[in-house]
Order: sequence, then C-alpha cells, then structure tokens
Amino acid sequence: MKEKTALENHLKRFTQSQLIIPIFALLLLTIFNLIRDPSFFSIVIKKNNLGNYVFAGNLISILNGASELVILAIGMTLVTSATRGQDISIGAAAAIAGSVFVKILRANIITVPVILWGVIFACLVAILFCLFNGMLIAKFNIQPMIASLILYTAGRPIAYWINGGATPNVESTLLGALGGFIPGIPIPSPILIVIVFIVLIQLLLKFTNLRLYIQTVGINEKAARLNGINPVIMKLSVFVIMGVCVALAGSMNVCRIGLINHETILIDIEMDAILAVAIGGNSLSGGKFKLSGSVIGAYIIQALTITLYSMKVSSTAVRAYKAVVILLIVILGSPVVKAWLAQVKNKIFKASAAEVK
Amino acid sequence: MNNDVVLTMRGISKQFPGVRALHNVDFTLRKGEIHALMGENGAGKSTLIKVLTGVYSKDSGEIKIDNCRESISIKSPQDAQNLGISTVYQEITLCPNLSVAENMYIGRGKYYFINRREQEKKADEVLAKLNIPVKAAQQLGTCSLAVQQMVAIARAVDMDCKVLILDEPTSSLDEREVEFLFKLMLELKARGVGIVFITHFLEQVYEVCDKITVLRNGELVGEYEIKDLPKVELISAMLGKDIEDISKLKDAKAESTISSNVVYQVTGLSSSECVRPFDFSINQGEVNGFTGLLGSGRSESVRAIFAADRVTGGSVKVNGKDTKISAPLDAMKNGIGYLPEDRKIDGIIKDLSVRDNIILALQVLKGFLKPFTKTEAEKIADEYIKLLDIKTASKDTPIKSLSGGNQQKVILARWLLTNPQYLILDEPTRGIDVGTKVEIQKQILKLSKQGVGITFISSEIQEMLNVCSRLIVMRDRKIVGELKDKELSQDNIMHTIAGGNS
Repeated sequence: MKEKTALENHLKRFTQSQLIIPIFALLLLTIFNLIRDPSFFSIVIKKNNLGNYVFAGNLISILNGASELVILAIGMTLVTSATRGQDISIGAAAAIAGSVFVKILRANIITVPVILWGVIFACLVAILFCLFNGMLIAKFNIQPMIASLILYTAGRPIAYWINGGATPNVESTLLGALGGFIPGIPIPSPILIVIVFIVLIQLLLKFTNLRLYIQTVGINEKAARLNGINPVIMKLSVFVIMGVCVALAGSMNVCRIGLINHETILIDIEMDAILAVAIGGNSLSGGKFKLSGSVIGAYIIQALTITLYSMKVSSTAVRAYKAVVILLIVILGSPVVKAWLAQVKNKIFKASAAEVK
Repeated sequence: MNNDVVLTMRGISKQFPGVRALHNVDFTLRKGEIHALMGENGAGKSTLIKVLTGVYSKDSGEIKIDNCRESISIKSPQDAQNLGISTVYQEITLCPNLSVAENMYIGRGKYYFINRREQEKKADEVLAKLNIPVKAAQQLGTCSLAVQQMVAIARAVDMDCKVLILDEPTSSLDEREVEFLFKLMLELKARGVGIVFITHFLEQVYEVCDKITVLRNGELVGEYEIKDLPKVELISAMLGKDIEDISKLKDAKAESTISSNVVYQVTGLSSSECVRPFDFSINQGEVNGFTGLLGSGRSESVRAIFAADRVTGGSVKVNGKDTKISAPLDAMKNGIGYLPEDRKIDGIIKDLSVRDNIILALQVLKGFLKPFTKTEAEKIADEYIKLLDIKTASKDTPIKSLSGGNQQKVILARWLLTNPQYLILDEPTRGIDVGTKVEIQKQILKLSKQGVGITFISSEIQEMLNVCSRLIVMRDRKIVGELKDKELSQDNIMHTIAGGNS
C-alpha cells in the first residue's frame, strides 16, 4: 500500500511538473514517426566518404542538427530568467563570433592550438558584444528585446566588415572532424560537444549559487538587492555565459559548413531558441527555470524539422507546418488548458477513488 | 425575525490539495447588520469570502440569498454581483487613470454610447447621498486611498447590493479616514445593507460591529453578539488558547538586561531618500523603536542604516570599529539584518520555495561559490519551520502560497538564520494575526536576551511599548525626540509626535 502511494506521489509530481508538456510532445512526435515509418529511428552504421564507419539515421541527424540550437537555448534560458526578457541578437552575434573564428584560422596554419585560440578569441569578442546588450539592459534598464534589437540590426553588417565583404572558407581535416566525425568515433562531434557543454553548465549550477541568484534577481530584483545580491552583476554574468554560447554555436557552425556566410549563418535561430525556452515550460517573463525543459524544447524543434523533411515537405512550407505544431504545443502548455486538464484529472482520480471504496 | 436574513451559508466545506481550508462552516447575515468575520491568518476567512463571491467553487454546503428556499450556486464573481453580493478588497481594484464616475459605471449595463454628463450627474447624486467628499469628474488616482475605497463602496451600493463585503478596508487608511469609512458603513447599515467586515484591528470591530463570527483552522468557533464577547475572550476564541502570553511578554521585557557595549553607532547618516542627517546608536541586547506617523521618515532612517537606499553621508562604527556600509551586503557582513516594511515588494521571492527563501541571506553571506548541499538546506529549513511554527504544506512549497503571517515568519527565519548582532524589523507585524504578532514580539525579547540589538518599528504604538525600552520619535524626516524607560507612555509619544513638548 505504501509503495502505491509513493508511486502515486511520483506520478503526481511528474504530472504537475513543467516538463510534462514537452516530454508529451516529444513522445507524440516519436509515435507519429514510428507509425508512419517503423524504421524512422533506426540507426545504421555506414562508411562515410573519409572512410570512417559512423552512425547514421534520422535520430542522429536530429541530435546532431539541434546542437547549435541546444547551446543557444541554454543561454537564452539563463538570460530570460535573470532579465525577464529575451536577447534577439544571438544569431547576429554568432555571425560575428564565427567571422572572428574564421579570420584567425585563415591567418594561421590550422592546428589544434590555433583552433582553440580561435574559439577563445571568438568567445572574448562574443562576450564583449553580449555585454553590450547586458549593459543596456542591466545598467540602463532598457527592455531586453529593444536593447538587443540594436545588435540584431548591426550584427551581420559588422560580420560583413570582418569578412571584408566576402564569404571566406576554411578547409582542414581538423575542422571537418569538429563539424563532422572524429576518426574512430562513430558519433558526430557536435553531439559530443553539446554533451560536454551541458555537463559543464550543470556543474556550474551545482557548485555555485548561480541558479539561486539568477532566479532571485528575475523574480524580485529589489528583494535580491536587500539580501546582498547585486542584480547588475548577475544580469551581466548571464550575458557572459550567453557570449560563450554564441561563440560556441558560431564556431561549430563554421566547422560544419567550412565557410562563413554572414548573411545566412544561424539565421532566425534566436526565434527558435526563444521558442525552445517556451516549449520547455519556462516562463518568458523570467524567474524560475528548468534547463532540461529548454533542451528538450530544442530537440523537439529539430525533430519536427527532420520529420517534415522526411515527409518531403518543401523547405519553405516546413515553416508553416512547424507553426501549426508549435501552436498546439503552446496552447497545450497554456495556463488555461493546464487548469482544465487538472480539473479533468481530479474528476478521474475522484471517480477511481470512489470505485475503490 | 427570520425575514431579515439576507444571506445564509450552511455547512460550507472546501478542500485544497493537502489543506482543509473550510470544514462545515455556517454563516448568517441579517439586514442592516455589520458582521465581523474574525480569525487568524489561515483560519479560512478569505476562503469563505471567495466561495461566497464565486472565486472558488465550494465542495459541499449551501448558500441562500434573501430567504429563498432554493439554494443558489455562484460560479463567478459576475454571478455574485448580479445576486447583489459586492466586495471591496484591501487593494483598490479600480482604474486610477479614469474619472470617479467612469469607475463607478465601468462594466455595468449594456449601453454602447456613454453620455458622460448624464453619468457624472448620476454619480454625483450617489456620492452626495453617501456624503463622500469627491466630485464625479475628478480623476480617481488623484484622490486619497480612503476616498478611492469609498468610491469602490459607492459603486457597490449603486449596484443595489444586499451584501457588502469589506476585506481589510482599513489597513492602509489613517485614523481620520477610518473614522470616515465607519460613518459610511453606519449609513449603509441604516439603509439595510448587510455588511461583512474583515479586519485585524480589534478596536475597530468593537467600534462598529453588531455581531462577530469567529473561524479557527477552517472551522466555525461560533457566532456572538458583540456585547457578549469582550476583547480578551475574542482573542482566546481566535487563538483557541488563553492569552496569558501577552502579560508574560511584559514580564520578559522587565527581565531583559542591556549591556553597555555599543553594537552600532552612526553620526550624520543621510540617504538619497531625503532623511535629515541623524545620529544613532544601539547597545547589545537593547530593543529600540522608531516611531512617528506614516511618512515621517522612520522607515527611511532604518533603510539608511542597512544601506537599502543610497547612503549619502555618515560615519559608521560597528562594535567600536570604523566601518563603511554602502550596500546591503556590507551591512550583512557586519552582522546587520533587515526585515523590510513591504514584505511583498522587498521581502519574499514569491516563486521560490520556502526553503530557498529561508536560506537566501545566509547563502549570500556564505558566498557564491559555496552553495549549501540540498541536505544542509533542508535541515536548516526544517529546523526553522519548526522553531517559528511556520504553517506550510512542505518546505518545497512556493512562498507565495503561504498566508501573509507565515510569509513574514519565513523572512524572519531568513534573518534569524544569519545570526545577526543587530536586527532591524520594520513593521514585522503588519497585516498578520494576533497570535503571530505575540509570537514575533516574544521572539524579539528572546533575541534581545541573547544579546542582539534590535530596532523595531510598528504602526501600533502599544506593540512598541510592549517591547521597546527606548523610542526615537520622528516627524517630517527628522528626529524630534527620544523617550526612555519611564517616559514611555502612549500619551507622551503622541505629544512628542505632535510637537507638544518642543
């Protein structure tokens, strides 16, 4: 009997959790795909053109393709929590970071240290640009969306200047390994990088008070200050993290494609990142957050895209279908529907309890 | 006799997840009666009112209006309004940017065109009839809070209400305004409106009410005629225990001993909130108070001590050593704690759990890189929930779902946990029930015995007399007097505030 109540408690906690909607959506998408094509998620081992044996299949493409989005969604979650708003300039900032990365690679012979220096330098530049947003938001109290609109507008032109108006390419087996497969490892490198990144962020949240401080600032800035937290510093710090996310995503995309096109690199990704945060059940008006929600949200978006592509939907039309599915998820997660579902659940629980009696 | 009944509630029960908010509660309201609904925080007053006004649906029980045979169901606040049940809440729920007349008629009737002049004329008539000193054309936001509240009442009355619920209408009013409100209530009473009056101020109950219904822990204690229930018995009915506690308090105060060590001392302290530079010091184990009318600068002064506002001058000594306090964190590091006046704006982190809210200040002091482990945090939370008897479903419950008094206890726990040597409590007892008030006062005296210096601010002078051994009196953002030991009396304080002595 006791076990049953414990199980019930777990079930209850799970159904009340903010993760229920995203997990449910992901499940639905999976089932839909399995019915449509039972072999949709099968993973095959095949030989790629470099002669390595690697995993391939839709599941791999989803996990691989979502990498940049996952990283940016994590940054967006933290920014949203602390500033009660969103940064819409991350795509443009990623273009700048990517351009800086390419610039450094092209000026040197590409070796592992050079790539590392390139990423670090791209990080520094991206952090500076993100701190620009951060200053406008934290110091001047400008609404995040308006503040980041400035870099959103100016970011890609800045990347254009860095690139000298061209779309320079970089070619190296090292970069290919980072954007594709490291010889001997059958899993795409971006997936591995994302895993490492998530682990690092989790460690950061576990061994510092970042989560408590950010949430406190996002929920009640005045009270945060009276408890000794400096809201300006906390807001700036989420933009530092955002800078790292932006640089990682930008460099990763460069490695993947082998060139930088400031006009198209990670275009519109800010909207997907915001969406991932929302699908994950996080409030866009800040405060409490769950990173796992946003991560699942990012994978849902990518899974949706791959599903539609595999159904031979044209790439322009994909967005319309995406909109419909997102509409459904967002409505399902809305407070109105949640309250209604809770009512239905109560009735069912009561009915079953009455039956037991 | 029975014909006079306007509202009958019988056997009302309401269950929330994990909490039995109401259990088999009866309530009867007659025509032309002012009926006080009393109880501690969490006794079920608000839930009962919300069931009556359709905000919550009841689990069982019946509600009858106007002696009808049929019991009715109220599904929404709109339903309640149509049935003649109107509510005026503590926080004004009107639109400050509209005129008085617009506020009185907004959302009523089904007209598409508004004859503004006609509307204002009608509004003026209603206001004149009720002796409310405001013109219908005036913008609501420019009126005093009291007048705004009265406009809300006028709106309710004009909608032909039979039952008027006043939920803590006096908590943000000054004495004169309260007087005015009472006049209006008596006027309505004479017109046959049944009024349900909820308040924490006991004196006010005895001033205007005819009957009292007392709730405790979601159950009905009883309905009494006002003359059959003296104040002391009312309190014990609400608390369910005899109140020797309050007399014990005074003994405790007598015992307290003040050491000669100065904990905190400042000369020429001023802040960006226009406080005149002032000198102040407090000893170990001393309880002092800042008093004065609202806006006299008492809160601003203690905020300056904690550097809650920008400090613009002054030299501080903590334990005799020169110290610079320019941000709350500096104050905290020097062992100063500050429980802010406005719990909602400056105190609670509403979406975070009770646990996180308790550990917050200590966690910040401990450092960014040294988070408490979950077990540590839970142990601390459990300890303080037990120590202060905080009523919460669990330590993971978001603080916003606790009642006001319990929220306040959580904030108090937060600062007790930092083990301060000087604790500032600005209105820790505002808007909370008698039982918790006494408990908080007891805690203050207990702390002072342990050698903590305490500054205590309260709007209720009696409370300050209960615990303080020294009172600093302020007027117009300036210290105008200091009263000690034998000089402490209600009369003396009043005189000093009014400037009679100078």
